[in-house]
Amino acid sequence: MTTTVPRRPRKVSFRDRLLRLAGTVTTPLLPQDYLDLIAPLHSGVALRGRVVAVRPETRDAATVVIQPGRGWRGHVPGQYVRLGVDVDGVRQWRAYSVTSVPGSADGRISVTVKAIPDGKVSNHLVRRLRPGTIVQLDQAQGDFTLPAATPERVLFVTAGSGVTPVMGMLRAGLAERADVVLVHSAPTREDVIFGAELRELAAAGALRLVERHTETDGLLDVAELDDLVPDHLDRETWACGPLGMLEAVEGYWASRGVVDRLHTERFRPTVISPGEGGTVTFARAGVTVEADGATPILDAGEAAGVLMPSGCRMGICFGCVVPLREGAVRDLRNGDLTTAVPGDGVLIQTCVSAAAGTCDIEL
Amino acid sequence: MTVIQKKADNPIAHLSAADIEIIGKELDAIRDRVLADRGERDARYIRKVIKTQRTLEISSRAVLLFSLFPPAWVVGTAGLAVAKILDNMEIGHNILHGQWDWMRDPKIHSTTWDWDHVSPAEQWKHSHNELHHRFTNVVGKDNDLGYGIMRVDEDQPWHPMYLGQPLYNLVNAAFFEYGIAAYDLELGHNLKQGRHKDPEFRARARAVGRKIRRQVLKDYVVHPLLSGPSFLTTLAATFTANLIRNLWSHSVIMCGHFPSGVETFEKTSIEGETKGEWYLRQMLGSANISGSRLLHIMTGNLSYQIEHHLFPDLPSNRYQEIAPQVRALFDRYGLKYTTGPLPKQVASAWWKVIRLSLPNRRSKAAEPLAPAPLVSTTTA
Repeated sequence: MTTTVPRRPRKVSFRDRLLRLAGTVTTPLLPQDYLDLIAPLHSGVALRGRVVAVRPETRDAATVVIQPGRGWRGHVPGQYVRLGVDVDGVRQWRAYSVTSVPGSADGRISVTVKAIPDGKVSNHLVRRLRPGTIVQLDQAQGDFTLPAATPERVLFVTAGSGVTPVMGMLRAGLAERADVVLVHSAPTREDVIFGAELRELAAAGALRLVERHTETDGLLDVAELDDLVPDHLDRETWACGPLGMLEAVEGYWASRGVVDRLHTERFRPTVISPGEGGTVTFARAGVTVEADGATPILDAGEAAGVLMPSGCRMGICFGCVVPLREGAVRDLRNGDLTTAVPGDGVLIQTCVSAAAGTCDIEL
Repeated sequence: MTVIQKKADNPIAHLSAADIEIIGKELDAIRDRVLADRGERDARYIRKVIKTQRTLEISSRAVLLFSLFPPAWVVGTAGLAVAKILDNMEIGHNILHGQWDWMRDPKIHSTTWDWDHVSPAEQWKHSHNELHHRFTNVVGKDNDLGYGIMRVDEDQPWHPMYLGQPLYNLVNAAFFEYGIAAYDLELGHNLKQGRHKDPEFRARARAVGRKIRRQVLKDYVVHPLLSGPSFLTTLAATFTANLIRNLWSHSVIMCGHFPSGVETFEKTSIEGETKGEWYLRQMLGSANISGSRLLHIMTGNLSYQIEHHLFPDLPSNRYQEIAPQVRALFDRYGLKYTTGPLPKQVASAWWKVIRLSLPNRRSKAAEPLAPAPLVSTTTA
């Protein structure tokens, strides 16, 4: 037997009607573009937030408190949010774990950012971001979250800023519902993000905290967990930190045959290391070609029969601009590199860009 | 003017092929210096211009709701005209060139922007960015040379039809946005070729139709209706604002390539053209307008037409900054940097339209049999 879900006609709200009417006076712009002048958070142009405060956590980490605008749908502890920030005039998107408790009275959220060496965005956020700045937001996402039924015993293995999603869960009251152990690595005691708050929780008996200060004690060897947390394989485990640590943890849990009890979070799923030439994929066209570092992607695509938009073929008309979903390209005119990961919204001129690594073009 | 290759005193005869490539390298270096420094200051500039334009437009339209009162009519019309000019020139033209694509702001991007103009952005980008900027001043290839309705170069063959071109130019100036839409659609050419049934042409024509409908509905129906008792006066105001915008942009654009001193080029001369030669063609094929900062903004910095044609994708606020370096390069290589105040350049362009409505005088020496290449390989 099939059941049919009654499909209600989409209700056209009064606001929508009003906007459509207003659109006849604002065309080719939208009424929202004008609302944007006075209410950037509520104009409906895009989901945005206003930075309310930037609070230092350690010498290289800070918590950014954001007032999200209209349309923010909230988050689940452990999820991350993508932030779009203009650095040197260029919009850059990065994902950060939400560290605030869901549904706070003032509706504010916070993310905690650790400045990584040469990190364009993280350094900007930690050291130069000022309250009042408008940032672009995306809805919270990610499945590094607790299941609906909270497990009785929980282990977190984290390092560096990997503690941030865990803090989100702890602040949401996880420690009241479960037996929690947190094994956290940081270079020194002072570098432990949320160090004071975690130690306070531990002192109150809410969780067991194992701090590893790697400058003095060296990196954590996963095998040490046998002694540090004897029942670790019986615990539902969440790990978040640098790639090396995650791989070690995954290998260890797999070798013990309990990989289904392990959940990991990678902040940077792909590391793009630019080179000369590479494999170019045009996913929608279903074409993959090898292109060398001197061939414009436009030529490579056309030679493979992809219907490429094109124009002057010399970099001046912008008629060939297409999204680079993921990968790296080099500007053939001056050697400048452009890299992109999904969600960055990077568009490139294919007529003057050559592959500098694996490229995924949205065509 | 006559195509450069046929001139008795070829203004680039003194340059060797190597010189031209060095000029190209120097221009590349100017471009790279701007790119290295492009950033937050530029982003702030364009956002400020956009904000100013929107504030001006909406407040002018609000004032025009009371256009029955003459002072409101004058203030509102003037404000709306300026807002429309800013929208088309400093904002629309330059964003559609991709000058601000580097900001990665999806709201200010050549692929998403649309303007207060009856020509759809897509079609304009093709005819302007791709054809005009690539084939600048190449007779027979660059349709901007007379827009296909006028003769603005001695080397374009004369036809009795051109006797009326001062009148065509005046009408085109008054309804310039429609002229551009027809031009981007290659209306005359397509109709002559009997392509009115071609599905691609029809799709593009429909897009223009949609754009015209929306623009007309806004300016001549909805806004006047909102003005209630001021219906007729608001109608007159929006018409006047559009007229001012059209006359202004037509004048500015005429100054870019028509004034005396600007060179044109033969079709064959661009075969196998090098980057240096392309740059040289842009240098000699464009003319600037001198004036105040306000004039530069109101022309969308097309008053720096030379710099714009050399680097069509650099942010417009940078043109006046690099102009002294570009001009110094012209001087060093003995090239003519054509510039002058607006009235002089407009008069010069108009004089050419009037003069060339008549056939060439027969006093000139016989033309060379074969067209010479842009650069002679043997140095004089």
